Amino acid sequence: MVEVNQLSKSFSTEEGERKVLDNITFRVNTGEFVSVIGPSGCGKSTLLHIIAGIDEADGGEIKINGDANSPKLGHIGYMQQKDLLLPWRTVLDNVILGLELKGVAKLEARQKAIEHIETFGLKGFENQYPFVLSGGMRQRASFLRSVLLHQEVMLLDEPFGALDALTRHQMQEWLMNLWRTLGNTIILVTHDTDEALLLSDKIYVMSARPAKIVMSLEVDLPRPRTHATVTEPEFAKLKAKLLAQLHEK
Amino acid sequence: MIPMIILVVLIVIWEIWVQFGDIPKWQLPAPSAIAQEIVASWSLLLHHAYITLQEIVAGFFVALIFGLLLATAVTHSKILERAILPIIVSSQTIPIIAIAPLLLIWVGYGLASKIIVVVLISFYPIAVNTIDGLKAINTDMVAMMRSLGASRWQIFTKLQIPTSLPYMFSGIKVGISISVIGAVIGEWVGASGGLGYLIKYSQPLFLTSRVFAAIFVLSIMGVALFALAGLVERLMLPWYYAEKRAKSASQ
Repeated sequence: MVEVNQLSKSFSTEEGERKVLDNITFRVNTGEFVSVIGPSGCGKSTLLHIIAGIDEADGGEIKINGDANSPKLGHIGYMQQKDLLLPWRTVLDNVILGLELKGVAKLEARQKAIEHIETFGLKGFENQYPFVLSGGMRQRASFLRSVLLHQEVMLLDEPFGALDALTRHQMQEWLMNLWRTLGNTIILVTHDTDEALLLSDKIYVMSARPAKIVMSLEVDLPRPRTHATVTEPEFAKLKAKLLAQLHEK
Repeated sequence: MIPMIILVVLIVIWEIWVQFGDIPKWQLPAPSAIAQEIVASWSLLLHHAYITLQEIVAGFFVALIFGLLLATAVTHSKILERAILPIIVSSQTIPIIAIAPLLLIWVGYGLASKIIVVVLISFYPIAVNTIDGLKAINTDMVAMMRSLGASRWQIFTKLQIPTSLPYMFSGIKVGISISVIGAVIGEWVGASGGLGYLIKYSQPLFLTSRVFAAIFVLSIMGVALFALAGLVERLMLPWYYAEKRAKSASQ
């Protein structure tokens, strides 16, 4: 369970302090898929940075399973829009990076990774350099890098933002299946309403800067969902609600 | 292929010009005369080339270690960067040829003074390029490494160093080429052996073809060292060249 309590964050700029996050509070239950949606530049990435432990908040706290002091770096998966694979490592050596950093022997780490290579659609590319891979494959490799660490909580910062529409759809369905088998807690940041509705149990809407949570929306669409779900009337109703909030001035 | 053709054409013109232009041998020897000289004084050239090569290799490796340490220090400490870097940069405006005689006074006519000249001239491109390389990491990559639990040391060894390698090799290739110049300058100022010494003492005797023969051996040495550095680079950065090849093929 991830609890975000009264989180606030400011950055100092040339024009003085600029408040980015203003008293953000929300909760994600274990095994839940939650999306955070909001306008560009509203501080969604800052929020994920703080949850991942890469950045510090000015006020408030993050509790992981009820513990505000639980270690975050190395324990919370964090994936960005860019796949950030290391160009000098082969695909296999890229996905074992996290294990290697933890001190797992390379051979053992590689063996573990090979078990997952097929599920992640990377079979036959283990010994290739990342530049050979397509955008979708690169993202899947970057997912596997986190999954191998058994990170219970995963933060996804617009992971499909740079992909073409068709690949994005395939990746969304692939992610839904993966999440169903892994059962981990996922917080997805996006500005794509369809993506948020299709994937999530719950959606939090953030306002423009300084960002506040202005709406929370339960997505009670039955699972398993597919891309056909997008065309159902229930989906359209929820989307209308979401869009009305997002376009409110 | 094209550079070779141009070179051959130039040599042919040179040969014809000297043969039919009645130019005295002490002024400008024909390529054929230089070739004869190379064969005739092969052991002499080899003896002096060996001395120069020792100076280059020793000086280059000292420069490499010094350059890499300097780059690492400067990129890890803002204070060191502000304190050392301006001095290093301004030191490069002092002509080496002006310092070389001082080195003779300080360390004598032996190999050491030449090695120091080589170090002074070749550490700079290695250090500057490596500094650029160590600074070339992007913040997203660092965030990714940290979220995977990397320590500062792991970020340095597994992200920063590999990122800097292509830059470092650019510096090494420049450094090794100019270390040939460094060795010759060192020998020119005062030495008892080496190709620079051979040139300097052949010139007043109007042994012009021997001067050319020594220059030829020097340039072969320079090209070979550069090629060797390129080969090591290719072996160490297979990913870099694979990516480059794929990119140029798709264009």
